Amino acid sequence: MLEIRNLHAVVEGEELKILKGVNLTVNKGEIHAIMGPNGSGKSTLSKVVSGHPEYEVTEGTILFDGKDITEMDADERAHLGLFLAFQYPVEVPGITNKTLLREAYNTIARANEREELDPLEFEDYLVSKLDIIDMKDEFLNRSINTGFSGGEKKKNEIFQMAVLNPRLSFLDETDSGLDIDALKVVSGGVNKISSPENAIVMITHYQRLLNYIKPDFVHVMMNGKIVKSGDISLAEELEANGYDHMQKELA
Amino acid sequence: MSEETKALESMIGEEYKYGFTTDVEYEDFPKGISENIIRELSSRKDEPEWMLEFRLKSYNAWLEMKEPEWFNATYTKPDFENLLYYSAPKNKPKLDSLDDVDPNIKETYDKLGIPLEEQKMLAGVAVDAIFDSVSIFTSFKEKLAEAGVIFCSISEAIKEHPDLVKKYIGSVIPARDNYYAALNSAVFSDGSFCYIPKNTVCPMELSTYFRINNMESGQFERTLIIAEEGASVSYLEGCTAPMYDENQLHAAVVELVAMDHADIKYSTIQNWYSGDENGKGGIYNFVTKRGICKGDHSKISWTQLETGSAVTLKYPSVILQGDHSIGEFYSVAVTTKKQQADTGTKMIHLGKNTRSTIISKGISAGDSNNSYRGEVKIGKKAIGSKNYSVCDSMLIGQTCGAHTFPYISSENASSSVEHEATTSRVGEEQIFYLMQRGISEQDAISMIINGFVKDVLKELPLEFAVEANKLLDIKLEGSVG
Repeated sequence: MLEIRNLHAVVEGEELKILKGVNLTVNKGEIHAIMGPNGSGKSTLSKVVSGHPEYEVTEGTILFDGKDITEMDADERAHLGLFLAFQYPVEVPGITNKTLLREAYNTIARANEREELDPLEFEDYLVSKLDIIDMKDEFLNRSINTGFSGGEKKKNEIFQMAVLNPRLSFLDETDSGLDIDALKVVSGGVNKISSPENAIVMITHYQRLLNYIKPDFVHVMMNGKIVKSGDISLAEELEANGYDHMQKELA
Repeated sequence: MSEETKALESMIGEEYKYGFTTDVEYEDFPKGISENIIRELSSRKDEPEWMLEFRLKSYNAWLEMKEPEWFNATYTKPDFENLLYYSAPKNKPKLDSLDDVDPNIKETYDKLGIPLEEQKMLAGVAVDAIFDSVSIFTSFKEKLAEAGVIFCSISEAIKEHPDLVKKYIGSVIPARDNYYAALNSAVFSDGSFCYIPKNTVCPMELSTYFRINNMESGQFERTLIIAEEGASVSYLEGCTAPMYDENQLHAAVVELVAMDHADIKYSTIQNWYSGDENGKGGIYNFVTKRGICKGDHSKISWTQLETGSAVTLKYPSVILQGDHSIGEFYSVAVTTKKQQADTGTKMIHLGKNTRSTIISKGISAGDSNNSYRGEVKIGKKAIGSKNYSVCDSMLIGQTCGAHTFPYISSENASSSVEHEATTSRVGEEQIFYLMQRGISEQDAISMIINGFVKDVLKELPLEFAVEANKLLDIKLEGSVG
């Protein structure tokens, strides 16, 4: 589904490379976890893959279903079924969650020549997704992330994921800032959304999240590259010995 | 400059749709201002002696005054000797029937989306159409008269309802109030007059549509709205002008009077020509608008969507004289290209337990400059009064400016004033967030802006809210692709 080949990227207009040759293949039905210390380029990878204009790809390609999406605009990537759950969800005052989601859902439907939902149909559809993340329906009529607590913002990301039903989702530190109860709800939601038809890439510092969402693959990212890949035992090893130890070992 | 900013900047280049000129034969005055010109103007309009006296007194006051310079805008001062103070389509008949209206002018209003035929109009909206210096036509007059409501041009009111005009004109904004109010008081040529009798709810929305057509004429309109005890009315004005390279002056005076329990809602959709990218041409919009809540429990509410004009200096204000009276100001000011706007309000609390709310949203793009200037003054006797102000500014791109100048004073301890101000940039993060959800860049920007101004636009009469939304989209569209 996703194939990243030798991806190099810089912040637009700057010299310093943040990604220095990332290779990653994700197939449908798989759950991947990317771990790594601060500043290793994990979050940047998720932004570059989803088309953030702040970054410029200087080398390498991103293929989605065999199609080169490296230069595509963010909205076109979303139409293909790419989703990013933001580490810091953005506030947009004056626009309700419901309005955003209906616009987004119907825009994606149009792009894929699927039928759009009218406001009443969409309302029913939306309400049917609330349970996934234990969301109260008053959330739907609140402005996007405006005045939400940190935990509510993260929940809202996963709710949007449930509604838009993407084929590939990047979850950028979705676990950070969540207390244990919220973490259970959020990861429970992700597990409900996960299916053999879609794929998920989780980006996290901690092994804690992986107790709730079981990855098929674990990758360690350091200094702009994936330096080691394995199964869940790699995460356990990291938790026991830390990133420093692994870095020394690799050196 | 990032892609987003570039896209935003280009979105702003959208063509002005109302910039055409209408070919009409004018009956013009010689250019310039003098006592003779004013006498001639007054006699041409067949005015009573007291009106001429009012004009001449104002003119003499104006001669002694200086053009103000305290605002946050720079422009070439109008050449008052080179202006036409009266410019009316030739052979303007007494317009009781639409058939008498020059077909060219009728077509102009059709093109502007304001058909003058009653059956074609928005249901429930009466229109007074003002073309350069004169009122062309007022619709639904008879229907309104059945309810006792007077809605006509101010010229007609001076003749038909002299007692009312004499009593109230200049009572809220005296001629000496400021330089442009004095000038207007001397040379105003037309405008609208509304009178809502006691305990009457005006059965229709009233509106005036201002059109400046003649390149050399200034437009000096005068509006007077009186709501008697227990009366209520909603009034809306719209404005457009052709695109000329020269600046044109629009100096209006609007006075509102609300008696006990009366309620006046005044909305403006201002879309004068704003000049080109280089700041050439466009309207100088220098208007004085003020209402007085004379009676207890009265209410005056100003809502404005200001998108046009090269330079706007405008502060619709409320004097809260009656106890428990309410003043409101809801404003969206959008500036693009080289536009300059210095706009805001004054809330003067004099009566007990008076309340005022100010919600101002400024959007600046291009090389424009957008300032909010507002005064809240709570007097000694205005015990238990409250004001709440919010001034939010949104910047699009890197080369525009937004400023806030609040002036607050309270002379008694039992009153409270709250002021909040924020400045935000239409952030790349916001745009990216919405685009990541599948929404196009243009729609994303439109959503962000609409979200920003929602609190204000919801105050517009329903019939015009849609138009306002469209106008905003057009104004800021083009910023993308």
